[in-house]
Amino acid sequence: MNASWSRFNITSIVLGFAFLYLPIVLLIIFSFNESKLVTVWGGFSTKWYGSLFNNRGLMDAAWVTIRVGLISATVATVLGTLAALTLTRYTRFRGRVLFSGMVFAPLVMPEVITGLSLLLLFVAIGLDRGFLTVILAHITFSMCFVAVVVQSRLMTFDRSLEEAAMDLGAPPVKTFFQITLPVIMPAIVSGWMLAFTLSIDDLVISSFASGPGATTLPMKIYSQVRLGVTPEINAACTLMIAVVAVGVIAASVVNKRREVQRQRDEQAAQRG
Amino acid sequence: MTNVAVQAGALDVGSQANRSALGRAVSAVTSRLVIIVPYLWLLVFFLIPFIIVFKISLSQTAIAMPPYTPVMGLGDGISGLFNQLRELGIDNYIWLTEDPLYFNAYVSSVVIAGISTFLALLVGFPIAYGMARAPATIRPTLLMLVILPFWTSFLIRVYAWIGILKPEGLLNQFLLATGVIDEPLVILNTHAAIFIGIVYSYLPFMILPLYSTLEKMDFSLIEAAQDLGCTPIGAFWKITFPLALPGVVAGCMLVFIPAVGEFVIPDLLGGSQTLMIGKTLWNEFFANRDWPVSSAVAVILLLLLVVPIMIFQSAQARAQEQGR
Amino acid sequence: MKSLGSIRREFAPWNDPNAKPYIAFENVTKRFGDFTAVNNLSLSVYEREFFALLGASGCGKSTLLRMLAGFEEPTAGRILLDGQDLRGIPPYRRPVNMMFQSYALFPHMTVEQNIAFGLKQDGMAKPAIEQRVKEMLDLVKLTQFSKRKPHQLSGGQRQRVALARSVAKRPKVLLLDEPLGALDKKLREETQFELMDLQQELGLTFVVVTHDQEEAMTMADRIAILDKGEVMQVATPAEIYEAPASRFVAGFVGNVNMFEGTVAAREANTARITGASGAEIVVENAGDAAAGNSVAFAIRPEKIKVSSRRPEGAANAMEGEVYDLAYLGDMTVYHVKLGDGQVVKASALNSARQTDDPLTWNDRAWISFRPDAGVVLTR
Repeated sequence: MNASWSRFNITSIVLGFAFLYLPIVLLIIFSFNESKLVTVWGGFSTKWYGSLFNNRGLMDAAWVTIRVGLISATVATVLGTLAALTLTRYTRFRGRVLFSGMVFAPLVMPEVITGLSLLLLFVAIGLDRGFLTVILAHITFSMCFVAVVVQSRLMTFDRSLEEAAMDLGAPPVKTFFQITLPVIMPAIVSGWMLAFTLSIDDLVISSFASGPGATTLPMKIYSQVRLGVTPEINAACTLMIAVVAVGVIAASVVNKRREVQRQRDEQAAQRG
Repeated sequence: MTNVAVQAGALDVGSQANRSALGRAVSAVTSRLVIIVPYLWLLVFFLIPFIIVFKISLSQTAIAMPPYTPVMGLGDGISGLFNQLRELGIDNYIWLTEDPLYFNAYVSSVVIAGISTFLALLVGFPIAYGMARAPATIRPTLLMLVILPFWTSFLIRVYAWIGILKPEGLLNQFLLATGVIDEPLVILNTHAAIFIGIVYSYLPFMILPLYSTLEKMDFSLIEAAQDLGCTPIGAFWKITFPLALPGVVAGCMLVFIPAVGEFVIPDLLGGSQTLMIGKTLWNEFFANRDWPVSSAVAVILLLLLVVPIMIFQSAQARAQEQGR
Repeated sequence: MKSLGSIRREFAPWNDPNAKPYIAFENVTKRFGDFTAVNNLSLSVYEREFFALLGASGCGKSTLLRMLAGFEEPTAGRILLDGQDLRGIPPYRRPVNMMFQSYALFPHMTVEQNIAFGLKQDGMAKPAIEQRVKEMLDLVKLTQFSKRKPHQLSGGQRQRVALARSVAKRPKVLLLDEPLGALDKKLREETQFELMDLQQELGLTFVVVTHDQEEAMTMADRIAILDKGEVMQVATPAEIYEAPASRFVAGFVGNVNMFEGTVAAREANTARITGASGAEIVVENAGDAAAGNSVAFAIRPEKIKVSSRRPEGAANAMEGEVYDLAYLGDMTVYHVKLGDGQVVKASALNSARQTDDPLTWNDRAWISFRPDAGVVLTR
C-alpha cells in the first residue's frame, strides 16, 4: 500500500465523491417514491415511470431530443473531424488564426451569447425556427468539442504511417480512408458520443434556437421544473442519466478491456 | 488555401499520365474541401451571428417582427443601406449605463462567479491532490468517476439540488432529525444556493486540470523540502502550490468564464431576487422581447470575458510548451 | 559457389568508368525556410549496391532519403533513378520503397494485411498476392505470426514485418531509415548480416541511413559521410577508415590522433612535417600536400607503438609520459603526453598474458610509428 496516500487524502476523496454523487443518487431514489411529495418517502413504486410513458408532451420532447442528438452529433462529427484535420495538417493558409479562434471560442462562450447570436442569425436570414434550426445550432457548438477531441488524437498520430501507405502506392485520399481514418476512429467515436451527450443535455441554446413543434426534453423539463419538482420529472431525469451512464460506462469498460488485452499481448510478444 | 494551390501547381509537371493529373486534381480539391467546409460553417453560424448581435445592439427597439429597426437589407439599394446605417446608434449602451440594474447585474455576476470559483478551488484541490497520490491502479477509475457527472445533464444536476435545499428538503430534514438545527435553514433562493450549484456543476472542470498537473508532479520534491527543514505546510506553499499553479489557473478560468454567463443555476436555485447577467439577458430577450438591449448586454458580457479567456489561452499555451 | 566475400570484392562498379549510376543526385539543394538541409549535393549509387548515408543527426541524410522516396521535393537540382528524372512523381508512383525508422506498421492490420497492402495498391490478383505474402513471410521467418497485429509482436519481429512489407513489391530500390536503430545491441548485430544476405538474395539496391558508424562499416559497399548537408567523402569502409579525405572524416569515423603542422619539405611521395613544437614527422604517402602547406597528420591509435625505450631505427619516434591507461582486456589503450602537451592515444594488443615491458602511470615512454602508418590531410 502506498504510505503517502494518507487518511487525509482518502477522506477528501470520499467526501468529494459523496458531494458529486449524492444529489444524483437521491434524485434516482426519489424517482421510485410512492408519494407525490418529492422529498417525503412514501414507499417504493415505479408508478411515475408508467405515468411518464403516458405523458405525451414529455415523450414527444424525448423523441425530438433523440432525433436532434443523432443528426447533429453525426454532422458535427464530420465537420469537427474536418476542422481537426485542418488545424493539424494545414499549418499555413490564409485565415488560419481566425479559424482556430472560431473552433476554440465556442468552448468557453457563455451559452446565452451563442444562443442569442444564432437566433438573431436565423431571424436575419428568414429561417423559421424549429427542428432544423435546433439541429444547426447544436452542430455548431458540438463540432468544436469534436474538433478538440479529434485534434488531440491527430497531434500524436504517427505521420510515417501515412507516408508508408503512400510509399506502398496508396494515393492521398485512399491513404486517408484506409489508414488515417481507421487509426483515429476511437477518437472520432468518443467525439460523436460527446456531441450526442451535449446535444441531448442542452437547454439554453435550444431555447433560443427552437420554435413551435421542436421542444426538446431539457426544455420540457425546465418548464415543468419552474412549476415545481415532481416525481415524474425525477423519473425522466433518471432515465436520461441511465442512458448516458450505461453508454459511458460500457464504452470505458470496452476500452479498458482492450487496453488490458493489449498490454497482455505486448508482454507476451516481448517474452516470446 | 494558397499553399494548397501552390502544392497542386508544383505537381503539374509534364511526364505524367493524364490519369495521375486527374488524381492530383481530385486530391487538391479534397484538401481544399477539408478546409473550406468547416471554415464556411463556422463563419456562417459562429462569426456572422456575432456581427449580427453587434449590429442589432446598435439598433432601435420596435414593436414588430423582428422587433428592431432598421432591418438591414439591400431592398432599397446602396443608398438605402446608408440611410439604415445612419439609424444605428449607441443608445442601447447608454441605456445600459443609465439603468443601475445592468451595472449591478454585471458586478454581481463577477462577484458570484469569483466567490464560487474560489470555493470550487478549495473543494477541488484536496480531491485532485488525493487522486494524484492514489495508487496508480485506481487512478483511472477515480478519473472516470470525476468525468462521469459531466456526461449527465447539467439541468438535471442543478435540478437535483432543489429537492435537497428546499426549506422542507432533504438537507433540512436530515439536520432537523439529527438535532443540529431547530429551525429549517433557508438556502434555496439565496446566493448560497447559487454557490453550491456552481461549485457542484463545475467541480469536474476544476479537478481535471489540477489533477493533470499534480499527477505529473514528482512527490519526492516534498520529501526533499522536508528533509531540508521545511514543515509540511511550508512545503505545500513553497513546492506543491507553485508547481500546481498552471492547473490552478486553468481550473479557475474554466469555472469562472462559464459561471459569469450562467443562466440555469441562478434561475433555478437563486430565485427571483438574484441578479446575474445571463439571467438578465434571458429575461430581456424572452420576457421583455427587447432584442437590441439584450444584444448590447451580450456584447458587454463578451468584452468582460475577453481578459479571462486570454489568461486561460495563454496558460494553456504555456502548459502545452512545457508538455513538449 | 563463390563465397559472399569474394562476390563483394569483385563488385566495384564505381571504379568502372563505363558503369552508369542507378541513382544520381545532381546538385541537389533542399531548404526548409532559412535552413539548408542539403546543399548542392551530388552523389551516385550503382545498381545492386548497398549504400550507406552516415552522419550525425541534422546532417541531411534523412532529407536525402525522403527526397528519393518522394516525401520532399528538392529546392534545386534533380534526382535521377535509372535515367528518369523523379521530379513531380508522387511517392505512391515511385518504384522505390522505404522501411521506416519507426517501422510505421499499420496498427489496425495483421502482419499479412500489412505485407499485402502495397500489392493491393498495384491491383495484383488475389492468388498472386497470397502467394507473394507467403513468400515474404517465409523470407523473414514469420509464417506462424501472419494473423497477429503489430502490437502482438516483439521489436525484432516488427522490424522483419516492416522489411517484408517494403520488399514485397520488389522495388528497384529499398530505402532504409535507421533500420536497426530500435533494436538492442545483440539483435542488431544478427540483423545486420540478415539484411546483407537479403540484399544479395533479392539483388536489390539498398540505400540505408544511419548514424551508427559500425553498422555502416559492417553492411555497406560504400559509405557517404555527410555533414551540414554536404558530402564529406564517398568511399568503401576500408578507404574511409584508412584514407580519410579530411580532418572531419578522420575524426568522425573511429579514433584518431591528429598532429597539426606545416609541410617543411616535399620530395617524391615523402614529406617532412614540422609540428608547432618543432617535432618532425616523416610521411611516405603525402598525397597532394605541397611544401609550406599547413596540414594535419592523422594516425589511428593501433598504428602507434609504445615502448619504454627509444625503438631502434624507427622513422618517427617521440618521447613522453604515460598520462593515463585503460586496460580493456583484449588490448590496452595508452594516453601518452608529449613534450608539447599533446596527448596521443596508442592501443596495444595484449597478445601475451604478460609483457616484459609493463608501462604504467607516469612512466617515461616512447611512441613510434612507420612513415606510411598515417595520412596527411590538407582539408
